Amino acid sequence: MFESLTNRFDGILRKVRGKGRLGPDDVDEFLREVRVALLEADVHLEVVRTLQDRIRERAVGAELAGALNPGQQVVKIVLEELTEILGGEAVRLPYASKPPTVVLLAGLQGAGKTTTAAKLARWYKARGRNPILIGADLQRPAAVEQLRTLGDRIGVPVFSEPSDPVAVARAGLAEAARLGRDVVVCDTAGRLAIDDDLMAEVAEVSGVLEPHHTFLVIDAMTGQDAVSTAEAFHARLGLDALVLTKLDGDARGGAALSIKEVVGCPVAFASTGEGLEDFETFHPDRLAGRILGMGDVETLIEKAEETFEKEQAEAAAARMLEGTFTLDDFLDQIRALRQMGPISNLMGMVPGMAQQMRNADADVDVDDGRIDRIEGIISSMTPAERFDPDIIDGSRRARIARGSGTQAGEINQLVKQFREMRKMMKQMGGRGVAKKKSRKGRKAGGGRTTARGPVPVDRKKGLSLPGLGDQASVPGLPSDSLDLLGDRPKG
Amino acid sequence: MRNSSSIDDSTWEGLADALLLADVGVVTTDALVDGLRKQVGREGVADADGLLRLLKVEFLARLGDADRNLTLGGEPSVWLFVGVNGVGKTTTIGKLGHRESVAGHRVVFAAGDTFRAAAADQLSLWADRSGSAVVRGAEGADPSSVVYDAVAHAASRGADLVLADTAGRIHTKANLMDELSKVRRVAEKGAGTVTETLLVIDATTGQNGLVQARQFAEAVDVTGIVLTKLDGSARGGIVVAVQDDLGIPVKLVGVGEGVDDLVPFDPEEFVDALFAADVPA
Repeated sequence: MFESLTNRFDGILRKVRGKGRLGPDDVDEFLREVRVALLEADVHLEVVRTLQDRIRERAVGAELAGALNPGQQVVKIVLEELTEILGGEAVRLPYASKPPTVVLLAGLQGAGKTTTAAKLARWYKARGRNPILIGADLQRPAAVEQLRTLGDRIGVPVFSEPSDPVAVARAGLAEAARLGRDVVVCDTAGRLAIDDDLMAEVAEVSGVLEPHHTFLVIDAMTGQDAVSTAEAFHARLGLDALVLTKLDGDARGGAALSIKEVVGCPVAFASTGEGLEDFETFHPDRLAGRILGMGDVETLIEKAEETFEKEQAEAAAARMLEGTFTLDDFLDQIRALRQMGPISNLMGMVPGMAQQMRNADADVDVDDGRIDRIEGIISSMTPAERFDPDIIDGSRRARIARGSGTQAGEINQLVKQFREMRKMMKQMGGRGVAKKKSRKGRKAGGGRTTARGPVPVDRKKGLSLPGLGDQASVPGLPSDSLDLLGDRPKG
Repeated sequence: MRNSSSIDDSTWEGLADALLLADVGVVTTDALVDGLRKQVGREGVADADGLLRLLKVEFLARLGDADRNLTLGGEPSVWLFVGVNGVGKTTTIGKLGHRESVAGHRVVFAAGDTFRAAAADQLSLWADRSGSAVVRGAEGADPSSVVYDAVAHAASRGADLVLADTAGRIHTKANLMDELSKVRRVAEKGAGTVTETLLVIDATTGQNGLVQARQFAEAVDVTGIVLTKLDGSARGGIVVAVQDDLGIPVKLVGVGEGVDDLVPFDPEEFVDALFAADVPA
């Protein structure tokens, strides 16, 4: 059974964390698990070896001293090594001093170049630039039509002509100048790294474009071949960075780690969905945290800040701690959360959430359909019922069930869990800092990674809510409300 | 391992490395290597050549003599193509449509990818090349209805084979997988019978391929794998685990962008290629 890298690390880290000291045998066991986990995550074999050596050296060595216990120390070492490989900060993409800024996309067939071209153009447009797309994929049938359709959708002009890719690139530059566009994004045909003719062709396209940024578009699901592919493209084009696509699945994206280590190419963007807005600048330090099960807290906070009314969230948080949080507040938060994107995308960013969902296996299905039903149930309640669900009796329940197209049992479950959540919130409000025991048969430690791990979590006043990690921040939404969204059986 | 004059630790390591680099996967690799170690000790195999022969036998046993033929038998028969984004579903249909037309079948393409921009245009261009008919819906239309219409069209024109394209989808998206199950169901609402559901997997896919296969098999009862892009440097070793774990055989292999670059899967050739460049000394 293949588990995700995050999941497997959770298991190892739990084991190691409980120990007072760490012997060489422990380190070896840890490293064996690390090897399997990394290989299953498609990290390249050589990179796995390098990483194992580095971790061993540091873990058995003198660094096991200081305030942290050995277990915590190993967590820190692994995190640091992963972060180091992935590279320090986000890639910067300066604009050309003399416009246009030219970006060339290349990669294997089916990596997602055409979609990425449109997403990137949209990204530039959202930053006030005036991009133009060049369709130099004359190989795949209808690739140019695809790009034109996407261009229409985002309101960005597309240039192409049925000649040859080099001529298209040249004419495309001229067109960009004529239209006064300041960013050029050029799509190219997918090609195999071992196809000399086509590799020479894309090099020629690059020679004409003289791109400021050359991106290799690579599928997050790619296996061991990722490194040789990247090496070949790098040799021909001089890659500046990667765009990692299809990261919205459960692929672990070890390819990105490997390419960074072997070729030195950082990831500039991550593509996280089929929508043209599902495209974000890539933060290597966040991925390292994500690999270690710490969740992508910063991205979540950023998304939240884009969509939440901050005052509203703070007010709700205050009511929550007073124990006067109502189902209306809960509904507001669900809706605000949904504005941030599909719930399933968000869940992976929540620290401790990803592995909790996995631990509960198929019993937890936090999908948007389930949330629709919760919205339906609450919307079918009267204001009085939302304020005080205790008044819901048999006949009210039957009415709500009819109104929302759900079953009475679902309403009971929602109300019961909501009540527990509110009670607990109140207790926490009284006590201040969350120090709760896992309540519903969660595996111990499942949600604690953040607080105990070495990475400081960006805490925002009024947005920090208990229950996910000890202090994980899910703005406006208590983690226990997530239990309401999942079908977790009570233990 | 007494007789290790030519099989030593580095031989074993080299062997494991070759398998891992071919994306066979760490679980399958460790199992294979452990089994071989025992067998080599038992049978007194002394050299690397003998070891490789054993390995090949073991691989072929795992890949088995599964039935790799594509099944017909509906009126019309429907072959449904599924997979994650960008693996080559549309291209595979284009090539297969050509092959089946040449073999004397009357083929209708169902442009069931109504999501990706211009996917139907891409399929139409392939249909032109092989002289097949294509049934398409509006962009964003319900893929089930497109497939249903294509089956009805085929039945009314006496075409005996419908090749149904679907939009690429990540296997973790429950709603999209449900949509696919529905396409599979609706494809049989009319005259047609789904006789093949082929999961298209890109040879560059790493360990996620097994998860993909499992999820798609659950949603639509996959009958075979099409392994695409095997003409590159990737070896596609993950299909060994797929067949091992799920019993789904590879039926077709894509080896290029030309209309003829789709061939039946040959286990021996595949195994030879796994070790082509990185055979341990």
